[in-house]
Amino acid sequence: MSTLKPMLFLALALAFVAGESVAQTPRLGKPVSEADIAAWDISAMPDGTGLPPGSGTPAQGAKIYVEKCISCHGENGTGKPFAALVGGTPLTNGIETPKTIANFWGYSTIVFDFIRRAMPFQQPRTLTNDEVYALTAYILALNKIIDDKDVMNAETLPKVKMPNRDGFMPRFPAMMP
Amino acid sequence: MSNDLSNKTWEAPAVVAGNGLLDRRAFLNGGAAFAAALTGYSLVKSAAAEPLVDDPWSRETGTVTPALQTPSRFEKHVVRTLSNPKNETRTSHGRTPHHLLSGTFTPNSLHFTINHSGIPDIDPGQHRLVIHGLVKQPLAFTVESLLRYPLVSRMSFVECGGNSAPMFSIEPVQATAQALHGLVSCSEWTGVRLSTLLEETGIDPKAKWFIAEGADSLALSRSVPVKKALDDAIIALYQNGERLMPGNGYPMRLLLPGWEGNMNVKFLRRIKLTEEPAMSYYEGRTYSQILPNGKAYRFYFLQEVKSFITHPSFGLKMNGPGYYEISGVAYSGNGRIVKVMISADGGKSWGEAALQEPVLSKAFTRFRMPWRWDGGPVVLLSRAWDETANVQPLRAEFVASRGQTRKPVTNPLGFPNQHYNSITSWGIDRNGEIKHVYA
Repeated sequence: MSTLKPMLFLALALAFVAGESVAQTPRLGKPVSEADIAAWDISAMPDGTGLPPGSGTPAQGAKIYVEKCISCHGENGTGKPFAALVGGTPLTNGIETPKTIANFWGYSTIVFDFIRRAMPFQQPRTLTNDEVYALTAYILALNKIIDDKDVMNAETLPKVKMPNRDGFMPRFPAMMP
Repeated sequence: MSNDLSNKTWEAPAVVAGNGLLDRRAFLNGGAAFAAALTGYSLVKSAAAEPLVDDPWSRETGTVTPALQTPSRFEKHVVRTLSNPKNETRTSHGRTPHHLLSGTFTPNSLHFTINHSGIPDIDPGQHRLVIHGLVKQPLAFTVESLLRYPLVSRMSFVECGGNSAPMFSIEPVQATAQALHGLVSCSEWTGVRLSTLLEETGIDPKAKWFIAEGADSLALSRSVPVKKALDDAIIALYQNGERLMPGNGYPMRLLLPGWEGNMNVKFLRRIKLTEEPAMSYYEGRTYSQILPNGKAYRFYFLQEVKSFITHPSFGLKMNGPGYYEISGVAYSGNGRIVKVMISADGGKSWGEAALQEPVLSKAFTRFRMPWRWDGGPVVLLSRAWDETANVQPLRAEFVASRGQTRKPVTNPLGFPNQHYNSITSWGIDRNGEIKHVYA
């Protein structure tokens, strides 16, 4: 006891000087580098953060679509058996209006991000970055949000303004960071 | 005690609201005496109508104790309802049978679950949780290492943002509390505070959000304010004392007490601290909901104050006039429930229900109300208040701001809209048939 107290005091004093927390935690986490995490770090943000190198066009995307997407999303993205990727009715038609890329999605990066992480549904993360850019371009062009000749890449994609970008609000503004 | 009772005269409990709602205190304090007074039973004269004999199961040795016990064969109907009976490969749901349960926590086998790309078969020895982004030192944690951290336990409900979606129907959908409200459950969760792990990684002051991501095939991801991480977020490893069920996130999930279910990311493998939210598919699309003016709420966060009556409710039977207990669950993402009012006359008069202790923050609170049904038509409603003075909105005011469908909802498994926290009403006719009604 007689030696512990001064040592504890010393530790506290040092911690205070260093500006560090004095809480005792197990420290069992293994240090890793961002390079180690790269394969998992797949979030593409609205400002383009996280978008990888690569590019694609609607025409390239159309070919990949026929090969890998059409069985679920139908010809030209018209849907069935799963979600339609084109069209959509005005959101003022009712609270149960189906949400589509054209009438609802606020950011073009969501299209890229979701294809990259989740599609094809049975073989997620098997597409190359070029393929994801091409499919994103194809779907945006189907919806007339970009032109048929537009190239999508880390520079151009975040600049695509989605029709409903300004259609959102938080439920509790005071809770937003 | 019975001798004691037999020597006393008991007054009938006071009627506190229309159609036979009785003083909640009579039930709580009176116990058996209350029942005796109300139903005319006499504890002294409580003899069976026929002489008792041993039943067959009392005359033979029972089965040997199994390693993992399951409910009685007479309770086989108490199961979750499934949305994908033919194992269709799409989002699958299992709903909690609230009308067949009581108490405040949900058995693990009956906890609701929604899986957007199936339930991954995760080897806990291989699973890792990585925390990176705007931190001083990115760290990876194994399940084994997290189990050595100081653990905390708390009761918490988890509710899907789409729970009660059929309630947006312009006409009441005739369905059980399970079908209408089965996407909420309540458990005791045990795990490591996220703030403890963030203390070890350090937090860059620029970090305002963190992106949580699962190890499921579509790497489901949601953005959460860092403030919530430092408040009460837990990396949950146990559910009601045992390790998480696969459908609830085995081997670990994010638990954000009181917040939208989908944000409580299951199979958690990655947390990235960021300045801005990711605007992921599930926050930018699926769990954003359309308002009548065509705008949409994005980042709802809270599951607001809510209650519904489970007994009696659609799918159960009344057994003639007389005494019943009305009961149900109330909860709020804002904290504790402080009051639940019950009406048996469609909202004309209200009486205060008893709240089963302990009443815990962001957890189910079971409410109870003694009731003497005179056999006439009634409409039962419950309405809850939480400690932050939020009150469950009446249906008329709720749909005025949030809308309802243009056509009646015919499929109770669909999601016409989200975050319904208004009233549920059960109508009972003279035959004792229970229907879902709008009061």
